[in-house]
Amino acid sequence: MTTETHWHVAPGDLPAIPASEQNASSGFLVYTIGLLLAVILTVTSFWVANTSVIWAPGVPAGLAVLAIAQMGVHLVFFLHITTGPDSTNNVLALAFGVLIVFLVLGGSLVIMANLNENMMPHTEMMNLQIER
Amino acid sequence: MNVAVEMNAVRQGESLDISEAGPAPKRIIAGFGFWIFLLSDIVMFSALFASYAVLAKASAGGLTTVQLFDQRNVAMETALLLLSSYSCGMMSLAINSRRYLATFLGAVVTFLLGAAFLKLELREFQGMIALGAAPERSAFLSAFFTLVGSHGLHVTVGLAWLVLMIVQLSLRGFQDVVVRRLHCFSLFWHALDIIWVLIFTVVYLMGVLP
Repeated sequence: MTTETHWHVAPGDLPAIPASEQNASSGFLVYTIGLLLAVILTVTSFWVANTSVIWAPGVPAGLAVLAIAQMGVHLVFFLHITTGPDSTNNVLALAFGVLIVFLVLGGSLVIMANLNENMMPHTEMMNLQIER
Repeated sequence: MNVAVEMNAVRQGESLDISEAGPAPKRIIAGFGFWIFLLSDIVMFSALFASYAVLAKASAGGLTTVQLFDQRNVAMETALLLLSSYSCGMMSLAINSRRYLATFLGAVVTFLLGAAFLKLELREFQGMIALGAAPERSAFLSAFFTLVGSHGLHVTVGLAWLVLMIVQLSLRGFQDVVVRRLHCFSLFWHALDIIWVLIFTVVYLMGVLP
């Protein structure tokens, strides 16, 4: 029950249990699990970037997945963004924030990659000028 | 009076519908407001990330990512920031159970780890500028210093905030308003660590790939 209650605490929220009855050990466990997961993911990221075992073109995608996983770990274990009733508004705001972040990042990258591809190489432009 | 007691009794129950629960307590509202601010900050960082990702190869004949970045330094920075996030969590636990000494200890450890991170980052910047890789050298370096620099600026502001909170805590004790500010600080500090996760992945690790 104690663990349950702790998980349903919104960010910046105090626990529902009075301070005297607060069981600090369950909170300690949550942060420690979060730290361990974050360390494992970080070490894996550094390993993936430096190893030659993995197919090289797949490395950036692997790094991206590891980073997103670690951000999830931080959100759940450190910021306590969970499915609890006090957290509904926070989750909705987070979903909107993630939408905007993906639009800004994805949109910029797609547009700029497209422009790069369609732009005439510098040398060809020089040749055109000379021919004229 | 009776009604108030009953309301409190009801509030303990988990099954209350959100439309019947009445206004949320101030601590939840403050946390939500601060969370909105953090999200807007993250949206700002996403624009900086986008510009960096577009300009990362535009080194204008100067030093490139592979030549500039030192992975050992980045690993140390990452470890320092992660540990300071953890000690900040320990501080939150100490606040929840109203333990003075543990709260101070958590705050001081968080401050020291954050300051060590900042020192490493500044040393890295100085080394880069000494090599001739200053922000005005190329579009890549402008984007790099803007992105990593604004994260460093956030860490600096966080450290100043933490010092202020230590002073407030010693002067006013565990007043509601002080506790709320401390919780907002811990949200801020954890969010900075999330942004750093993206920075060390996108800027440093992807930068040293062959």
